[in-house]
Amino acid sequence: MKPFTKLDGLVAPMDRANVDTDAIIPKQFLKSIKRSGFGPNLFDEWRYMDVGQPGEDNSGRPKNPDFVLNQPRYQGAQVLLTRDNFGCGSSREHAPWALEDFGFRVLIGPSFADIFFNNCFKNGLLPIKLAADEVDALFAQCHATIGYRLNVDLDAMTITRPDGKVIPFDVDPFRRECLLNGWDDIGLTLRHADKIRDFEARRRIDQPWLFA
Amino acid sequence: MQAQTLYEKLWSSHVVHVEDDGTALIYIDRHLVHEVTSPQAFEGLKLAGRKPWRVDSIVATADHNTPTDHWDKGIQDPVSRQQVETLDSNIREVGALAYFPFKDARQGIVHVIGPENGATLPGMTVVCGDSHTSTHGAFACLAHGIGTSEVEHVMATQCLLQKKSKTMLIRVDGKLGAGVTAKDVVLAIIGKIGTAGGTGYAMEFGGSAIRSLSMEGRMTICNMAIEAGARAGLVAVDDQTIAYLKDRPFSPRGENWDRAVEYWRTLHSDDGAVFDAVVELDAAQIKPQVTWGTSPEMVAAIDGTVPDPALEKDPVKREGMERALQYMGLTPRTPINKIAIDKVFIGSCTNSRIEDLRAAAAVAKGRRKADNVKLVLVVPGSGLVKRQAEAEGLDKVFVAAGFEWREPGCSMCLAMNADRLEPGERCASTSNRNFEGRQGAGGRTHLVSPAMAAAAAIAGHFADVRELA
Ligand code: SF4
Repeated sequence: MKPFTKLDGLVAPMDRANVDTDAIIPKQFLKSIKRSGFGPNLFDEWRYMDVGQPGEDNSGRPKNPDFVLNQPRYQGAQVLLTRDNFGCGSSREHAPWALEDFGFRVLIGPSFADIFFNNCFKNGLLPIKLAADEVDALFAQCHATIGYRLNVDLDAMTITRPDGKVIPFDVDPFRRECLLNGWDDIGLTLRHADKIRDFEARRRIDQPWLFA
Repeated sequence: MQAQTLYEKLWSSHVVHVEDDGTALIYIDRHLVHEVTSPQAFEGLKLAGRKPWRVDSIVATADHNTPTDHWDKGIQDPVSRQQVETLDSNIREVGALAYFPFKDARQGIVHVIGPENGATLPGMTVVCGDSHTSTHGAFACLAHGIGTSEVEHVMATQCLLQKKSKTMLIRVDGKLGAGVTAKDVVLAIIGKIGTAGGTGYAMEFGGSAIRSLSMEGRMTICNMAIEAGARAGLVAVDDQTIAYLKDRPFSPRGENWDRAVEYWRTLHSDDGAVFDAVVELDAAQIKPQVTWGTSPEMVAAIDGTVPDPALEKDPVKREGMERALQYMGLTPRTPINKIAIDKVFIGSCTNSRIEDLRAAAAVAKGRRKADNVKLVLVVPGSGLVKRQAEAEGLDKVFVAAGFEWREPGCSMCLAMNADRLEPGERCASTSNRNFEGRQGAGGRTHLVSPAMAAAAAIAGHFADVRELA
C-alpha cells in the first residue's frame, strides 16, 4: 500500500448527502478482474452524458459540464469534501480504487459508511471525520475561493486552512500507523500466526461441527 | 457474570488478539465468495505467494453476472463470462468446502444458498465481499460485508481486523396487520432511523413481532440492516432457528447436533443486558411501505403521498429530496397509489425465497398483469427455491398472470446481467436499493414487499395489497 504522510492539495466539493458506491463507480465497471484503471469511470453516470461501458475509451465521451469534477477550477483535486454518509451501499472496494486512481488521497466529511471507511484505509486513502460545522465552513470557503487548498498532516493529525486555522482530527492509532508506513495488513496479521493456530485448535475441540 | 448482549457474546468468542488501541483480530468461521469481489483477492494472494489458511471455510457461487434465461446459450457478455470463469478457475486451483457454479442445481444468490444449505450456523462469524452479508445475522451469527482487501486478508489469515461496534436494539412489539410483511417492517425502521442511523452499530432485532416472523422474514430484516448503516444485523436463536437448520446439508448431525443446539440456545441477549441505543416500533402501526426516492430512507406508507421538499427545514436534506424527486420524475403531494409503473422485479437476496414467491403468487393467482406493465420478472433466489416453487405450481400461477419465470441469480437487483431498466422506466422492486441507476442507468426504483410488487403488477400502479381481497 502507498504510504500517506502529508499532503497540500487542491480541494473539490461533493455537496450532497448519502453518496452511494453505486454512484461512485457503477456496476458495469465491476466486471473488471483488475484493481486499477477505474479513475476514468469515477462517478460515471454524473460525469458523462452517455452510459459508459467497461473497456471503452472515455476520452471522446460527452461530459456533463454541470458536474462539479468537470469544472476547470477543480482539475487536479486531491482532497474531496463530502456530506453525511458518504460511501453508503455496496461494499465494492472499486469505489476507493476509483477515487484513488482519479487522484484523491483525502476525503473530509461529517460521516462515512462503515465498510467504505474501512476500505479507504486499505488503499492509501485517508477519510477524515470532522464536526458538521467544521465541514460546513470548509464547503463555504471552498465554494468562495478558486484554487482552494488544504494542508493535511497525518502524523500531526491536523488540517490547516489557507487562513491559518488548524483543525485537529482523530484517527485510530493502528490505522494511522499502517497508513503512515504503508504497511500491508496481511503481513502484520501473520505475525500472530501462532495465536491464530492456537485459537483454531481450541475451536476444533469446542465446536467440532464448524470444521466438518 | 455480567449480562451480555448477543453481539458481545459473539464478539468475545472470536477474539484472537487485541492491539493497544482496541483493534482486534477476529477469527472467521465461514467465508462466502462470489465472482465480483474475489478475483483481485485471489490474484493478490497469488502475487504474494500466500496460500489460503483454511479452504474448508469457503462456500462459493456465481450469482451477480449470471443470466436468468437461455442458460443453454451460456453467458453472452464476454466480460461477465470472463469474471465467472475466473472464479471457476480460482476455486479449482484453491479449493472450497462447496462451490455452486453457474448452472449447478444449487447455484443461487450467495445470501440465499448459505442458510438453505446449513452453511450459515448460529455462533459463527460469516464474511463475504458483499454488503448484504448482514442477512446471515438472522441465525445469530456475526455476519459482515467486507471489501476485497479484506477478502484477501481472510483468505490468507482466517481473521479480520475489526473494531468492536456499539450495540443497538430495535424492538418491534405487537402484532403485524394482515398484508404487512418483514419487508414493510424493515423499510419502516429505515424510514424512522435513516440510512446512517445504524452506522457504527451492530443492530439486534427483537420484540414479539420479530419473534413471530419466520426465518425467511428475519433474513429479509437483517438483509437490510446495512441499508440502515449497520454492518451487522442480529436475531437471537429460538425454536424456529433450530427447526430451520435441522437436516440441512451442512448442518451438524448426531452427537454434534445435540452439542451444537445446546450451545446455540445460549445465543441471545441476557436479561438486563445494556445496549448503547434502543429504538422501539409498534408493529400494529406499520402499513405496507413504498419508497419514493433514491435512498431507502425515502419511504412512505401506501396510503401516503410523495412529500413536499418545501416543508423540509434542513437545506442539505431539502436539496437531496428535490434531486431525488427530479430523478424519480415525481411531483410533491402525489398519492403513492396513483404512481403508475412500467416494470416489476420480484427477486434479490432480500425477497427471493420460497415464502416471498408464495406471497407474490397468492396475489397473482387468477389475475393478469395490467397492460401498461411491460415486464414482470420473477427470479428465484436459488436453484433449490426454483425447484420448490415449481413443485408447488407457483411458476404456473406466475406465467398465467403474464409474469416471466426465470433462472436464479441477482438479476435486476443490480442489473449486471441483461435484466435492467431503460432510462426513465419505473419499477416496483422487491430488492434493497433504490439508488440512482441501480437497476439500469436512468431507471427509477420503488422498493416494496413481494405481495405489494405483485399487487402493483396487477393494478398497473401501486396498490394497497390489503384491499385486494
Ligand atoms: S441480490 Fe442484489 S443485493 Fe443481493 S447479493 Fe445480489 S446484487 Fe447484492
